[in-house]
Amino acid sequence: MSFLIGENMTGGYGGADILTNCTIGVEQGEIAVIVGPNGAGKSTAMKAIFGMLNLREGKVLMDGEDITKLSPQARVYKGMGFVPQTSNVFTSMSVEENLEMGAFIREDDISETMHQVFDLFPILKEKRNQPAGELSGGQRQQVAVGRALMTRPKVLMLDEPTAGVSPIVMDELFDRIIEVARTGIAILMVEQNAKQALNIADKGYVLVQGENRYTDTGKALMENPEVRKSFLGG
Amino acid sequence: MESLINAVVLLLNFLVVPALSYGSQLALGALGVTLIYSVLRFSNFAHGETMAFGTMFVILATWLLQSWGVSFGPLPTALLALPVGCIATILFVLATDRLVYKHYREHKATNVIFMIASVGVMFVMNGIIRFVIGPEDQQFFDGERFIFNARQFKEWTGLTEALAIRTTQVITVVTAIIVVAILFWFLNRTRTGKSMRAYSDNEDLALLSGIDPAHVVRIAWIITAILATIAGTLYGLDKSFKPFTYLQLLLPIFAAAIVGGVGNPVGAIAGGFVIAFSEIALTFAYRKFFAYTLPDFLVPDGLAQLLSTDYKFAVSFVILVVVLLVKPTGLFSGKTL
Amino acid sequence: MTETNRPYILYGIAALLLLANWYFLGLNSALFTLNFCLISAVMALGVNIQWGYAGLFNVGIMGFTAIGGLCAVLVAYPPIQETWEAGGSGVIISALLLLVAVAVCVVIYRRMPKGSARMWALTAAVIVSFFIIRHFYAPAVAAIESTNAASTGFLGGLGLPIILSWMVGGVVAAGIAWIVGKIALGLRSDYLAIATLGISEIIVAIVKNEEWLNRGVKNVIGLPRPVPFEVNLQKEQWFIDLASRLDVNLVEFSSIFVKLCYTCLFAFVLLLILYLSEKALNSPWGRMMRAIRDNEVSANAMGKNVTRRHLQVFILGSAVVGIAGAMLTTLDGQFTPTSYQPLRFTFLIWVMVIVGGSGNNWGAVLGGIVIGFFWLQAEPIGIWLMDSLTASMADDNPLRLHLIESAAHMRLIVMGLILLLVLRFSPRGLIPERTGRRH
Repeated sequence: MSFLIGENMTGGYGGADILTNCTIGVEQGEIAVIVGPNGAGKSTAMKAIFGMLNLREGKVLMDGEDITKLSPQARVYKGMGFVPQTSNVFTSMSVEENLEMGAFIREDDISETMHQVFDLFPILKEKRNQPAGELSGGQRQQVAVGRALMTRPKVLMLDEPTAGVSPIVMDELFDRIIEVARTGIAILMVEQNAKQALNIADKGYVLVQGENRYTDTGKALMENPEVRKSFLGG
Repeated sequence: MESLINAVVLLLNFLVVPALSYGSQLALGALGVTLIYSVLRFSNFAHGETMAFGTMFVILATWLLQSWGVSFGPLPTALLALPVGCIATILFVLATDRLVYKHYREHKATNVIFMIASVGVMFVMNGIIRFVIGPEDQQFFDGERFIFNARQFKEWTGLTEALAIRTTQVITVVTAIIVVAILFWFLNRTRTGKSMRAYSDNEDLALLSGIDPAHVVRIAWIITAILATIAGTLYGLDKSFKPFTYLQLLLPIFAAAIVGGVGNPVGAIAGGFVIAFSEIALTFAYRKFFAYTLPDFLVPDGLAQLLSTDYKFAVSFVILVVVLLVKPTGLFSGKTL
Repeated sequence: MTETNRPYILYGIAALLLLANWYFLGLNSALFTLNFCLISAVMALGVNIQWGYAGLFNVGIMGFTAIGGLCAVLVAYPPIQETWEAGGSGVIISALLLLVAVAVCVVIYRRMPKGSARMWALTAAVIVSFFIIRHFYAPAVAAIESTNAASTGFLGGLGLPIILSWMVGGVVAAGIAWIVGKIALGLRSDYLAIATLGISEIIVAIVKNEEWLNRGVKNVIGLPRPVPFEVNLQKEQWFIDLASRLDVNLVEFSSIFVKLCYTCLFAFVLLLILYLSEKALNSPWGRMMRAIRDNEVSANAMGKNVTRRHLQVFILGSAVVGIAGAMLTTLDGQFTPTSYQPLRFTFLIWVMVIVGGSGNNWGAVLGGIVIGFFWLQAEPIGIWLMDSLTASMADDNPLRLHLIESAAHMRLIVMGLILLLVLRFSPRGLIPERTGRRH
């Protein structure tokens, strides 16, 4: 049993089911990556785990506790952090304020966590007083990840964190994500850049039409010729 | 040289000083509109009535205090009565939010529906105000009328033109500065204030961060009620209290908010002063000013007034139109709360 | 009450209200109410075209009504010789110069490249033309206003039949709507609301202050009528015969007869506009409008020019309001600028439309009639209510006196509550839109 798992998830946004019997799990300190073609339900699967769509069947468990019925906000209190794909920073607020808002639910002293985030993303410390909207795409993503880390989550979920950033920035972001995972946080992310993502993944899920097609370690998936052929472009 | 000084004093007396106090009143009003816009995302047509509503309670409390023989020395008693007005208005707007707007928020209604609902609220408030205090003019100013009056100024300076500063003008500007300072401190320095900015910036992300929207909305209404009561009372002290004028203030206030860029508090303040200065400068009769500054043969015969004061609303409208045409996002776009 | 017979029942109730009015207060009063209701219904139709078909929030109904009223004066009032001689030429020159100035500005705007140079050129053109026009305008106005100020002091109108002004009112209102729409449509929906609020305040300021145009707050009285005057009727032999055959009081009958004539005229206009609106709503154009309203984004994506469609609808609706405004002034026989108050002429119409049923023309008409009825009757009802509620108090009890005195303001509260309650609990109104899928 994984630390966080969405089991046999079936459901959609009201109309037809987008997910069918889909199972996704991740361990603490591990990176799990969801890949697949466009429209495969990757983001939907992640949103389902975060409680942003109602499941018709299946359940979500975290640390053995059934959280299927909880709202996204309640899941944040339980220790889940979520970084949306777009609009994931408060553009008019400074970097530091973004981080403060990330820690809104915490009543204790947040300065230590903020130091940790600044250690992880040194550029943010430099730009701490600048509005997040004025930063570059890569820096914004760092703010977004930093904001989610401020609650000291047990699980961090990232929806396409590298969308729209340059390859160099992408490599750096992945390095940071590995560092975050090493602190014992479970990381679940959806990625367009399947190859690079599977490279750093402990576990990979290939979704097609809302169903699990392949599930294996990242390395094994990279070596699987069928996966290579159909999803990694040879 | 002396005539030049006279000209400056003339402008100060009839243009700059009145525009400063009127601008402060508009700025406070526009701040309330902007606040509701950024948090609840609609233009609140009941804002003028909210101002009148708060002022009405201030007036009633002032009368009560006066009947008890309480006074505030040289300052108007109304300042002592402000908290009463604020509390009454806060209770009322919180009740309207609970009874009216909450439903539409939960059903994610479009902002036109919110505006129409605010029209309904406006009707009710207007009726209550007329019912309680009547549609007539009310004077509630007491205390010292002038800081220094025209005669004193002339005695000190020996100039022909005089500068008179009314107590209400100074009170208006000082109060506005204090209120704005507190507001900005609140928005930029406190946790609740920041959560309000976050909510206005990105509602979904604010929810993800665990910010409670109900709390943010509540605080927004409370601040708006306080701003509206203070703005309304200052306006009433400076001019007079007549419910209908407050309805008419809606246009310059909206114009101020839009000109500055809706949702931006700095813009709301700037917008208030832009509107106030333009209104007064365009309806000011410059004849005397020219008489002081120009050689005799150049002085115009008439009042040298660009627009009759009856058209002061047209000024806010024209500025509004120009801004909509040239820069629809307002002068201070790109920043919210 | 099923969906299909619901409108009949509701219209039946509205008719009963008017009949009750007849029964309690007499036919004269009932016809007065009915005429007011018919005009309200036309206004509500105009607003429904904008709101119901396209979801536009027009807060300037008062201004378009006033424009209609002004047109009634300018079309029907006989021209005044002396004032034309005093300043007519100056006003005409100013008007021509204004046209030239607008043309110059348009040319500058079209020909020059976008940038600060164009801005400055435009500003300069506006300032220069302002002073040139004023040079002719101010003395002309002063001359007109000082000519026989007590009784005329304005240019008068064209002396044409006043019925014509209904059309003219519609056309002028449409022209103003075109300008406002060009500026504010296509931006955020709040901006249209605020722009219309502004233009209506300005229009009312103009009719209050431009004495050379319509005597300002001194009011224009004694407008010509499309129907006979009571005094003249009372002298006509056929009318006297008719009255005696019906065995009614001649004076009262003449008043009723005149009101009936108005009723016929207004009812004709109402039915005509209603017919055209229904036609339009059920045409491909109407279906497209509703499609745009229900999903602006996808309509935009399908290549429909949403802003253009909105402009059309905004102009049409405003024209209808302008027509109603001219009708109202015709009925009153006088033009009183101070009577234009936003609560009465803008927001009340909104209550009518929301209560009646947005998107449904029959609903809007019903709303106009019912709310118009209650608006007129609320005052006597309120006074009666307050009087009976406080009957146990002494006659000179200050609370009792205050309550009775303020009863008139109750109707604002009641109207507001009706609006809020309908919007909340029955957002589709009394007669809901037939094909709509709105929540």
